[in-house]
Amino acid sequence: MRRLVLTAFALALAAAHPLHAAERLNVAASFSILADFARNVGGDKVDVTALVGPNGDVHVYVPAPSDARKVADAKLLLVNGLGLEGWLPRLVQSSGSKAAIVTASNGIAPLEHGSEADPHAWQSVANAKIYVANIREALAAADPGDAAAFRANADRYLAELDALDRDVRTAVAQIPPERRKVISTHNAFGYFAAAYGIQFIAPSGVSTETEPSARDIAAIIQQIRAEKVPAVFLENISDDRLIRRIAAETGARVGGTLYSDSLTGEKGPAPTYIDLVRHNIKALISALGR
Amino acid sequence: MSLYAALVAPFVEFEFMRRALAALAALSLGGAPIGVFLMLRRMSLVGDAMAHAILPGAAIGFLLSGLNLWAMTMGGLAAGFMVAILAGVVARSTGLKEDASLATFYLASLALGVSIVSIKGTNIDLLHVLFGNILAMDNETLLMVAFNATITLLVLAVIYRPLVIESVDPLFLRTVSRAGTPAHLAFLALVVINLVSGFQALGTLLAVGLMILPAGIARFWSRDITGMICIAVGSAMLSGYAGLVLSFQTRVPSGPAIILVAAALYLASVLFGGVGGLVRQLSPGRHLEA
Repeated sequence: MRRLVLTAFALALAAAHPLHAAERLNVAASFSILADFARNVGGDKVDVTALVGPNGDVHVYVPAPSDARKVADAKLLLVNGLGLEGWLPRLVQSSGSKAAIVTASNGIAPLEHGSEADPHAWQSVANAKIYVANIREALAAADPGDAAAFRANADRYLAELDALDRDVRTAVAQIPPERRKVISTHNAFGYFAAAYGIQFIAPSGVSTETEPSARDIAAIIQQIRAEKVPAVFLENISDDRLIRRIAAETGARVGGTLYSDSLTGEKGPAPTYIDLVRHNIKALISALGR
Repeated sequence: MSLYAALVAPFVEFEFMRRALAALAALSLGGAPIGVFLMLRRMSLVGDAMAHAILPGAAIGFLLSGLNLWAMTMGGLAAGFMVAILAGVVARSTGLKEDASLATFYLASLALGVSIVSIKGTNIDLLHVLFGNILAMDNETLLMVAFNATITLLVLAVIYRPLVIESVDPLFLRTVSRAGTPAHLAFLALVVINLVSGFQALGTLLAVGLMILPAGIARFWSRDITGMICIAVGSAMLSGYAGLVLSFQTRVPSGPAIILVAAALYLASVLFGGVGGLVRQLSPGRHLEA
């Protein structure tokens, strides 16, 4: 019923503004992965800009004036929520933006990390589908004239995500259960771990800002030795010298890079979300498989 | 917990603790004497200023070769030298005081650095990359820190006499020798070398602390420069060791833990120091009886 009303509303709007469909909707996303979702759903009907571009660290980001302009120009601002973009509210206020702010993680049950929610919900493909659904509704609401196109794009993309989810599960099933654990510099993989049963142990807290103490590092080394964790992973953002040190001290294998918070540029191994997940699972298999 | 388990066992069990201790010993040998001379020349805050001057060099290194530690280190060294030497030359050839000319150059350098970083348009916290972690000493960083300490001690040995005389009586030195200016410039270069090496090891701007605080401590225990340098090196090493143990036992991050121990030693020296300590000053009677 609601969809029917929405569609009727959309048709009425489309009829009232015949030129509307030709204009591209301006969408700003807080970081590269959200932008990728929005591009897949929006197709050629939207212009998407990411505030924190490829390879940027969304945790310690400092907005520039050009970002305020992107926000001011946008009709729709996609954010992750769950406390990821602490810098965003002030940017929105100072830019005088009238953009509708949409929290893409709405409806996801957050994992707790200490007293705070873990914001990296997109690391589970099932959650990514919720993001996509939220973005589809937001785009349709902002530009009802193109709602049908957004729905078709989203259906196609959701089917791709389903296939991706199946592939990840098949891949994990190849790893012997006792080897399904790794160390990574940044525990951005809580949702991935919960969804696919690979245990991630991180040396520094949930945010890249905290500095580990000697006790923390020692605890991790003892844990690797005691539980015979087979591999440690570097991340594309944090200082990797720490993880190399831990690997050297325990004899664990140093895996490749796992991408967590940001896509890479066009030429990198993870220019899109799907590439990112496929890259990560490949790296995990090659480090954990026998 | 036995004394052995608290004070020795962490270093026996974990290689990263031994490496951290070695790096701190090297840093103390190089940095503490530099700190003493900075204090004697009333330049204690120069270290802090120079720390900011390093940014544009690191940024240019980053622009040219990406996140390459060596390129960024070399760039940082070059920028630091440039600012130090320009400031030194201006101060010596014009009426402007050293601190004023240094403030000008370092602020200009910092502004340049921030601009260069933003041209590239990435949001990586550059200094975060340049800064290492005392717990993550790889061979490369450890060798660099040791090399820098060696260079520092050798150069100090060569310029020791003019440097000491100039610290005490610059006019006298100017009448008997031309060595004052070259010695001063070489000294400023040493300041930069030790700062960069401190960053890579200690992690944050706190690196300056391991240079300056031991000098402050030494001032309260000795009247002659040789004694001061020995006490400064000793208290820097003690702070490094005690800070590591503190970090190991309490989960305080290592960098801050080391500086906090140094600050506690400083406070104790201010109160109880043999040369000009507050308690000594307040009880001259007992002094006379003794």
